[in-house]
Amino acid sequence: MVKHYLDFEKPLVELENEIEHLKRFSRGKTLHVEDQIKHLEEKLLRLRKEIFSNLSGWQITQIARHIDRPKASFYINELFTDFIELHGDRHYGDDPAIIGGMAKLDGKPVFLIGHQKGTDFKEMAHRNFGMPHPEGYRKALRLMRMAETFQKPILTMIDTPGAFPGVGAEERGQAEAIAQNLRAMALLRTPIITLVIGEGGSGGALAIGMGDRILMLEYSIYSVISPEGCAAILWKDGEKGKAIAADYLKLTARDLFRLGVIDEVLEEPLGGAHRNPKEMANRLKEALLRHLKNLEGADLDGLLNQRYEKFRKMGAFIEEHRK
Amino acid sequence: MAWFKKGEEEERRGRHDDPKPFEELWVKCKSCNEMIYRKVIERNLQVCPKCNYHFQIPARSRIEFVVDPGSFLEYDADLAPTDPLEFKDSKKYPHRLKESQEVTGHKDAVICGEAKIEGQPVMIGVFEFHFMGGSMGSVVGEKITRLIERAIEKRVGVLIFCASGGARMQEGILSLMQMAKTSAALARLKEARLPYITVLTDPTTGGVSASIAMLGDIIIAEPKAMIGFAGPRVIKDTIRAELPEGFQRAEYLLQHGMIDLIVERKDLRHTLASLLTMLKVDH
Repeated sequence: MVKHYLDFEKPLVELENEIEHLKRFSRGKTLHVEDQIKHLEEKLLRLRKEIFSNLSGWQITQIARHIDRPKASFYINELFTDFIELHGDRHYGDDPAIIGGMAKLDGKPVFLIGHQKGTDFKEMAHRNFGMPHPEGYRKALRLMRMAETFQKPILTMIDTPGAFPGVGAEERGQAEAIAQNLRAMALLRTPIITLVIGEGGSGGALAIGMGDRILMLEYSIYSVISPEGCAAILWKDGEKGKAIAADYLKLTARDLFRLGVIDEVLEEPLGGAHRNPKEMANRLKEALLRHLKNLEGADLDGLLNQRYEKFRKMGAFIEEHRK
Repeated sequence: MAWFKKGEEEERRGRHDDPKPFEELWVKCKSCNEMIYRKVIERNLQVCPKCNYHFQIPARSRIEFVVDPGSFLEYDADLAPTDPLEFKDSKKYPHRLKESQEVTGHKDAVICGEAKIEGQPVMIGVFEFHFMGGSMGSVVGEKITRLIERAIEKRVGVLIFCASGGARMQEGILSLMQMAKTSAALARLKEARLPYITVLTDPTTGGVSASIAMLGDIIIAEPKAMIGFAGPRVIKDTIRAELPEGFQRAEYLLQHGMIDLIVERKDLRHTLASLLTMLKVDH
């Protein structure tokens, strides 16, 4: 049985419970309920397809933030072998909101950097809900520079509500840490692949997000501001307008693909990655290997030029009298 | 050459609903709450004579205050914003843009161009806070990127005056990506060994702070300017505690090692010229 479900999944969960109940009730008895169960299961599949083909921006936001949604640590364990976590920024501390280290993908070493929200409340608190302090970004940069030195590709996984808004974070230069990463990633002489696996919360996400390829899971979001934050500014009430804001902000994977910000949308299993994490991991691995193969052995000057042009082109404006 | 034409300014103000004479003559200082005669402040480069708070001023005035008279040549003034998200809140985004365009006389929130400061050539970009809070959308990102690219081409340094609430919400993810775009251009500027100086004015926060502002080789702030990543209200709501005295003010950042120096408006021109001269790499 599903532990946590979202409001729009309620009819699905009711059906699931009904099926479960029938199965349990008929167990060991000579009741002929197979047809009924089959009928309900078909109905469930139909309904699930229907609901998931018409999700609003806010519903996708809820899936992106789902507590059961696979986190960076899940993909690290599932996709890679020999993971060795590396800690600390060598200046102040180690930030649990960002996991970093080395591992092997199909036998080849890569550097991994990802936001980690946590899978239960205890871990979430320990990881500050995936909201990094400057130390997290500086650790990420240290590891990225190491990847450059040892000529290994970098894989970053984005899943954060945003950089942490706190006194210490500000005092130790949150803005500076993010800015340094952006500038450094632009010239890092090794391939970078960025995966948005859950929530892409503004500058705190982008700070590890300047990849040569940016891939996004179908029900992930990536936005300049959270729907709640946007609603709080526009209507002075974050709760009331968040669903409307989620649509206005155009924050889904398909929106971003249309806007030319990401390279590929990775389809999720029916009902979202958390319904079948292993299947999601397989799809991720296929995509990663495909893009890595494509980037490997690339001429580095060419790679950096492409990376520059990739971000250079982003934006929409009108030029009235081009000279 | 006068950038800040009085006649025009008054005409612009005249378009708004009848201005109150009291507010026309007196200004309340944001920092010390003192009521000050407007003319006194104007004569003092828009600096409060009581507490030294530096008022936010139009981009044109900033240029006038620091560059050699007649040396400013504007670039890309015709670059105009569009509405890629079809964003609408209480007003449609194009309406908000039009309002800001009428109030400021600019197409978007930054003015860019080349100029000389005490004879030193420099590429200069100045945020216009009165244009949607100096927020960075596609036009701001593109103009600043072009400015940096021109600096590399012409081998001169870059000077940017920041005054911004951050990335512009109404252009969504495209605004966020301007942080990446401008920072990438700044990476190339650094590679070219050309100096980059930022002057952070009140306020400099959010995405602009976490890209353009904090990447200066030299980071200067105006006295008492609010500088940070997250806004103080957001921080207060998150940590549910009072913020330290002077938190996120220029003086606080200087103390915490986040900026190089605080310079008063009247001394800025000379400081900038000295820095540009000394940072120049001999070839």
